[in-house]
Parts: sequence; structure tokens; C-alpha cells
Amino acid sequence: MTVVELTGVVAVLGSFPALAGVDLTVDQGEIVLLRGPNGAGKTTLLRVCAGLQPIARGSGTVLGCDLATQREEVRRRVGLLGHRNGLYLDLTVAENVRFWGATIGATPEELEAAMVRMGLAGRLADLPVRRLSAGQQRRTALACLVARRARLWLLDEPHAGLDAAGRDELDGILRQAAAAGATIMVASHELERAGSLATRTVDVVAGQVSEAVA
Amino acid sequence: MASHPATTTTSATATGGAPPATSAGTATRATRLLGALTLVGVAWLLLFGLVLSPADVNQGESVRILYVHVPSAWLAYLAFVVTAVASAMYLFSKRHSLGWDRLAGASAEAGVLFMAITIGVGALWGRLTWGVFWEWDARLTTTAFLLVTYVGYLAVRRLGGTQHQRAKRSSILALLAVLEIPLVHWSVKLWRSLHQEATVLRPDGDVKMDGLMLFTLFVGIVAFTLMYVWLVIHRQRTLAAEDLLEDVGLDLAIDARRAERVAEVG
Amino acid sequence: MRSMVRTAWLVTRKDLLVEWRSRVALNQVLPFAAIVMVIFAFALDRFPGVPNPEEGSTGSLLETVAPGLVWLATLFSLLLLVQRTFAVEREDGALDALRAAGVDAAAVFWGKTIALALQLAVLEVLLLGTAVILYAVELRWSGAVLLVTTWLTATLGLAAVGTLYGGLAAGARGRETLLPLLLLPVVAPVLIGATRAVEAALGTGGTAIADGWPWVGVVAVFAVAFGAGGTLAFGPLIDE
Repeated sequence: MTVVELTGVVAVLGSFPALAGVDLTVDQGEIVLLRGPNGAGKTTLLRVCAGLQPIARGSGTVLGCDLATQREEVRRRVGLLGHRNGLYLDLTVAENVRFWGATIGATPEELEAAMVRMGLAGRLADLPVRRLSAGQQRRTALACLVARRARLWLLDEPHAGLDAAGRDELDGILRQAAAAGATIMVASHELERAGSLATRTVDVVAGQVSEAVA
Repeated sequence: MASHPATTTTSATATGGAPPATSAGTATRATRLLGALTLVGVAWLLLFGLVLSPADVNQGESVRILYVHVPSAWLAYLAFVVTAVASAMYLFSKRHSLGWDRLAGASAEAGVLFMAITIGVGALWGRLTWGVFWEWDARLTTTAFLLVTYVGYLAVRRLGGTQHQRAKRSSILALLAVLEIPLVHWSVKLWRSLHQEATVLRPDGDVKMDGLMLFTLFVGIVAFTLMYVWLVIHRQRTLAAEDLLEDVGLDLAIDARRAERVAEVG
Repeated sequence: MRSMVRTAWLVTRKDLLVEWRSRVALNQVLPFAAIVMVIFAFALDRFPGVPNPEEGSTGSLLETVAPGLVWLATLFSLLLLVQRTFAVEREDGALDALRAAGVDAAAVFWGKTIALALQLAVLEVLLLGTAVILYAVELRWSGAVLLVTTWLTATLGLAAVGTLYGGLAAGARGRETLLPLLLLPVVAPVLIGATRAVEAALGTGGTAIADGWPWVGVVAVFAVAFGAGGTLAFGPLIDE
């Protein structure tokens, strides 16, 4: 089943064409690694697939929903972990996870499990996010993403800031999600680690994509 | 109302607002005719307003200012309505054509102009007739609010982003203004009615307009309406040209970006 | 529908929790409002506390204009509160994340509006108390119903409008300064109506209580209009 289908997609930030004509097809169950230099358009590509970034030219569907007209539905089905974590810095870890989990309808047990998974249970849970390290904040955001159980996961540099244990944990989560039927797209500079995880690698350069040869 | 360098319309971004292909300006035969009619109308207005119509019994010669004040007030409200309708058309039509948004923007700019004229001329008239520049009556106060609201609207139009982002944001704002302005007017009217002040202090309240004066007013309204239409058409065309320029710029930028990759990949 | 209410409630709780933790409204906006009330006296009244015979009332000038000043201070505080609530969302991209999660924008709108309304309501009560102290305002029981009704409808209207325009102005840099320009003209009907209604409730300048109810009507229509408008427009406005 095709999860993502983009044809000639141009996405514009202000007047700059971050994506200059992208053709991409992703099938269910794939773990796609997006690699490319800074400024290539990886983040914008993920945001387009998440239904956040409107398309200026071209067309696309994600999970069967048209990106021109049904972005709202796309967003509901997709889980995005962007550059920033989207947390409320004055609230505790537990309060953040509870809020985000509740807005997407996760049960308290699922949330608890997600927090344990990310090593956030215990003393850490009641600290305000502001006082956490960058890596711990990332884990909190990941816990929220895990609780979402979306069918398409979009991760923008998820490994950044995580320590070795965190990265292993993340890889485990991603493998598990893929095994459960989710499709995953990861933009990362961690080429070795993400490369071993991914079923497929796509090069993003200057707003266009191409399949990686090696 | 500057003219833009020659452009050829290749992309379908403009409907009903595109500048004529390969012209050095935004004028067409139609607008030249319109412009000529406007000048004729203004000339008529000057003739009737300054010479032929009588001075008022109470206010003397200063009543002639009304022939500018009332028409510009009428145009200010017309412009506001046009902006609102065009914004609604953009939002609720299937095609979301940017031409509607450009019409809304052009009308808003013309509207701000006429609102400023209304208030300025009204102040002058008030000063001449009763010695006060400003009068807190419902219509004048509402016009002032309309002015500020549309200055805000124009500021929001300049916030940047893609043309559709601009259009969506501005259209919503314009429709909210439709919600807001009647409320402002209603509350100000109620507020003013608290004071049983002398009915003397009401613009054109006690001016008994006889036949010729009414006719002059009518001429004024027609002349100003023609002026408004002429201004809006030209402004909309300049906006269309600007948007087209942006689109062409985007095409160039896309090509440049694609070229980057060729250079990098080798 | 029920999930929308639930989501809105979650957002309200979250906003109030953030305020409770950071205490910005309490520690910054409230003192600001109080200071504004004080400097109004500096600017406006030549002889504070002295009856003003020209006004024809037994109270001082400040007492006469107190209702207006309370609402003015409220409006200025509204600007700060709106800026604050959206700054919180912007800090770590939370509003973006809310959009990305496909959370119903109308629910977010109502959640933030209610949270804002609650904070505003508390602020207004305290401002009225400040007016009683600083401007020698006298409250009367007969006007209580009118006063409370005005308080509720005006607060809701202001919160709805503030959240809506705050969403518009919340985006990129250089937009925050737009908020006062956009918001103050829009809230004029509330300023006029709520002030007149409170004047009637307090009996300022001999106004009868019955005169206040039409004004409450104006404010109520405003609240309904912008409640509905915000429900529809908030989503598209914060969207890209």
C-alpha cells in the first residue's frame, strides 16, 4: 500500500523554493532514511508529508489524503517529531506527556508505558522540562510521539541530543513500530546508525530527491 | 499607480486582474475611457459645486465642502463592502482565485484614501461652520474606526509569505471587520444618543438640500465613484503584475535551486 | 463534539497550569494593571479626592470616570496576557506541534479563550477593588446583578477576540507589535458598552440601573459574534 506519493512537489518558504520538484513514493512498512546536507530541504519535506507545509506546485497524497485539500486529516494520522520538541517548558515531564497523550486520546497506561520506555519515569517525571537537558527533553518529546501510535512516523534528526542509550532505545522503538505496520521516514545525519535501521535511503539535495545508489 | 515594465502573461495566476499582455503600463482603452469620464465628472462637480449651486441659507459657502465630504464617505463605505465581498469570494469560492484577493487589497487601499478624505474634509467643514475640527457623532467616529481597522488590514497584507497565505489571512481579517464595524457603529450611536445635544452639531443634519444642491451631490457621488473604479482597476492590475513578478521569480528560483543540485552532484 | 469539549478543557487546564507555575500574570501583569490605575490619577485628575462641582456630582473626577479607567486598564492588560499566552506556545513550538498532531483548532481556540477569560476575570475584580480604594468608588447592592453580568459577558468577549487576534499576531517576528493596532479598534464596542453598563450599576452620574441593560446587550452580541467568528477563523488564521 502506498503511504506517501509526491509528484513534482514545490514547497515555498517565503519566496524560497525549499523543495524544487520532488517525486517520491513510500510504501507501507518502509523505513526511509533521508540524508542530505543542511539546507537541502529534508525538514520541509517532512513537514509537507505531515500536512503542515502547503504545496505551491505539484500534488501529493499521504495515507490516502490529498495534500492540497485534506491537510487536516493528514495531520491527524501522522506523527511528526520536528526540530523543536513542542513542550511546555514550565510544566513537568509527566504533565507534558499527560497533556499530549490526552489530546490524542492515549490511555494513562499507554502514557506510563511510553514514559518508562524513554527512561522518564521516577524522579525525572516531576521536574519542569525547563530544567532537563536537551537530550532529556528530546526523550520527553519522543514519549509523546510513541504514545501517539501513528501510522506514519516522521522524524527530523531524532537522534540529536540523545546519549548512546537513548539512541539505542529509539532504534528499538522504531524497529518495533515498523514491525507493527507503521511507516517511518527519518531525516538524519547519523548515517551509520540510521543506515542500519533503514530499509531504504533517499538523498535530498537542493530541494530534490533521488534514490541512493549505495 | 506606477506602470510596470512589459510582461507576458504566461501563468494563470490572474483572473480579471491581469495587466494587458506586452504593455508598458496598466492602462487599456477601457480605463482611458473611464479616466476621461472621471475627469468630466470632476469638472462637472467643480462647476456645479463651486459655481452653479447656491450657498446654503445657514452655512453660507462652506456647505460646498459637503459635495466632497459626503461622496467620499459614501465611497469609503462602498470600498469597505467591496473588500468584504471580494474576501468572501476568495475564501468561499472553489477556485480560491487570487484575483479576488487583489481586488480586496486594491479596494482597501482606495478605501483608506477616501476615509482619510472624509475625515479630513469633515474636520475642515466642522471648523469652518462651527469652529470644531472633530465631532463625536456616530458616522464620523465609525469612519475613524474603519480607517484604523483598514490600516491594520493593509499592515497584515504586508506580512509576507506566499500569495495564498496573504490572501487567506487578509480575507479572514476583512470578514472579521465586517463583524466588527457594525458593532462599533451600533455602540457609538447608542453612546451618542445618551447626550441630547443640540441637533445643530450634526454634519449635514440641518442642511436643507434643495433640488440643485441635491443634484450637485449626486454629481459628486457619480464622479467619485468613477474615480474609485478607475483607481481600483489600476491598482488591481499593478498588484497582479507584482504577483506575476513574484511567480516568475519563483520559477527562476526553482530553476536556480535545481541547478544547485546538478552542480553538487556533478 | 464531546472530544472537542474535552480537548478544549485540556488546553484550558494546561494554560492555567503554566500560569500557575510561571506566575507571570500574577507577578507582572497584575502589578502593571495596578500601576496603570495609579498613573491614570496622575494624568487625569488635578485634585484627586476632591469633589468636582463642575461635574455636578458629589464625587471627584476619578470616581466619575472610574468605570472607564477600570476597563482601560483591563484592555492594556489583555494585550499583555495575549502576548504571554502565545509566547508560551511559541517557546518550544508547541502550537506548531498541536497543529501537527491534528488537534481541532476550534478546541484550542476555546481552551485558550476560557483560560484567558478566567485570568482576566480575576484581574477585573481586583481592578474594581483598586478603584474602590484609589478612586473612592462606591458599590451598591442593587447594581450587583448588572455588574456581574457585565463582568461575565465582557470578559468572555475580550478573551475570544484576544485569542483570535493573538493567533494572527503570534507568528513570525515583527508581528507582535501588530497586536495592539489590530485589537484595540476591535474591542471598542466592549469598552463603550461595558463602561456604560458599569456606570449604570454603580449609579455614576445618576445613571439608573435600567439604562445599563441595553449596553449589556451590545457586549453580549459582541461576545457571541466573536465567539463564533473565532471558532471558525482561528484554525485558518494559525495555519500556514
